[in-house]
Amino acid sequence: MNTLVEAFADGAVIVRRNLIKIYRVPEILLFTLVSPIMFVLLFAYVFGSAIELEGTSYREFLIAGIFAQTVIFGSTWTGASLAEDMQKGVIDRFRSLPMSRSALLVGRTASDVFINLISIVVMASTGLLVGWRIRTSWWEALAGFALLLLFAYAFSWVMAWVGLLVPGPEVVNNASFVVIFPLTFVANTFVPLETLPPVLKVFAEWNPVSSVTQATRDLFGNGAGVPALSDAWPISHPVLYTLLWCLLILAVFVPLSVRTYKTASAR
Amino acid sequence: MDHVIEARGLVKRYAGRKRTVVALDGLDLSVPQGRVLGLLGPNGAGKTTAVRILCTLLEPDEGTARVAGIDVVKDPREARRRIGLSGQSAAVDEYLTGRENLTMVGRLYKLGAPRSRERAASLLASFDLEDAADRPVKTYSGGMRRRLDLAAALVAEPPVLFLDEPTTGLDPRSRQDLWDVIRELVRGGTTLLLTTQYLEEADRLCDDIVVVDRGSAIAQGTPDELKAKVGGERVEVVVADPADVPVAHAALARLAVGEVASDVAERRVTAPVADGQADLARALRALKGVRVTEIGLRRPTLDDVFLSLTGHASKERS
Repeated sequence: MNTLVEAFADGAVIVRRNLIKIYRVPEILLFTLVSPIMFVLLFAYVFGSAIELEGTSYREFLIAGIFAQTVIFGSTWTGASLAEDMQKGVIDRFRSLPMSRSALLVGRTASDVFINLISIVVMASTGLLVGWRIRTSWWEALAGFALLLLFAYAFSWVMAWVGLLVPGPEVVNNASFVVIFPLTFVANTFVPLETLPPVLKVFAEWNPVSSVTQATRDLFGNGAGVPALSDAWPISHPVLYTLLWCLLILAVFVPLSVRTYKTASAR
Repeated sequence: MDHVIEARGLVKRYAGRKRTVVALDGLDLSVPQGRVLGLLGPNGAGKTTAVRILCTLLEPDEGTARVAGIDVVKDPREARRRIGLSGQSAAVDEYLTGRENLTMVGRLYKLGAPRSRERAASLLASFDLEDAADRPVKTYSGGMRRRLDLAAALVAEPPVLFLDEPTTGLDPRSRQDLWDVIRELVRGGTTLLLTTQYLEEADRLCDDIVVVDRGSAIAQGTPDELKAKVGGERVEVVVADPADVPVAHAALARLAVGEVASDVAERRVTAPVADGQADLARALRALKGVRVTEIGLRRPTLDDVFLSLTGHASKERS
């Protein structure tokens, strides 16, 4: 219990440090604000009229997908920042202090939830401007946003582990591109599942990005009129399946990242 | 407990691509309360590895180490409360101001907010960083960053301090300033272990010196004992014609107090002498007829130490 309290107290000091950086480097906030707006507008106007869906507008259908993709990309920030701490040697300072061994990671991942929260607010506002609507209750919508943030938080821990292993922040960005693009495209984020070829369809059905998108879509009441997209278990139980993935990722990557941190050394 | 820092038989190996590199090969160290020990050696000698082990950043493969009576391997957390570390690359956050950096470190030492702010303010003042205190560290010069990093190591007033090449890469002025700061600390009773590549630095700051080569100690003693082994000043001559190197060698051998070193490729001959000024004049006379492009007196360097102790020049390990 004592170690948990310490992890939070030290983690709060780290969160403060990370937020000061956002304040000092305005470009971070600028890109956090601009890229979600860009994504919403690009997809809404470039693909928005190219794909016809029965029962709903494509624009409404894809907003949840854009949300999911953006918060997942947002979590690469965790890895890049930790890689930078390693590269600049600050990690040695933290490791030589009598602080909680998990605090740097707890604080890092927590402050990245804040960054993702900002992107969600911006995306939702832009979405509303281009015609996206929440067709359920406010609390269901909130649950949708919370689920997105939770999934991104879990994913942050994967990126934290990656950030502690690679030689520099650029590597995190390049490596995550190669993984995150297929992960977020071979899913029901931007196209309905039935349009995919069989092998990709199976991958997409079990891809947690699909389930988090499906769950958010359901909670916003978007795509309600779309005929059953898939009868795979994850797609028919998207909230439960997403939560299970979050738990699994956290159970594996929290201890793994903390262990890697303990033996990490500056480069 | 008479020794504040004590290490026995430290061994550390790194698995390289082709072969295992032995960074430390049975290093013993002991530093009594309030004394300053200098680890002197070239790049790759194992100095940084030793410091990283003593600061709990790295676990040794063999051997034991105690700092302030605490076993650093068995109880790293307790050890961390008693040490301050200032490393080769200034480990400060560039995006925070100097004050924010020090306050953050204070909070992480669990000093509490008011005490952390107080320590930050007093350290900024004593390290001559008051004017820059509220500027992001990104705008600091190299010397300022080092001073801030050293200040960060002192936030919790640790009884044991480790400085890993504190002045490497600094200009002479900043180096002097940092030496003054370190001397001041030692006067306050801090036990200090520092690593350096400069004989002069070890001589100025340390009570005892351990010369490290390839992971183990090849000599130790007080600076005076070491200098007695190494000799004092050097007369150094560069001749115009490589064929003259043996001639100059023979000429200087007559007035040298130790082994004369020749480097044909650089056309350079170096001789340790007893009485610098008089011997320089003698050397000039002895070299009549030889075309000399450079001649002068200089203090012994790390290379001279190695030449005297091992018969070979210090070499960076590849």
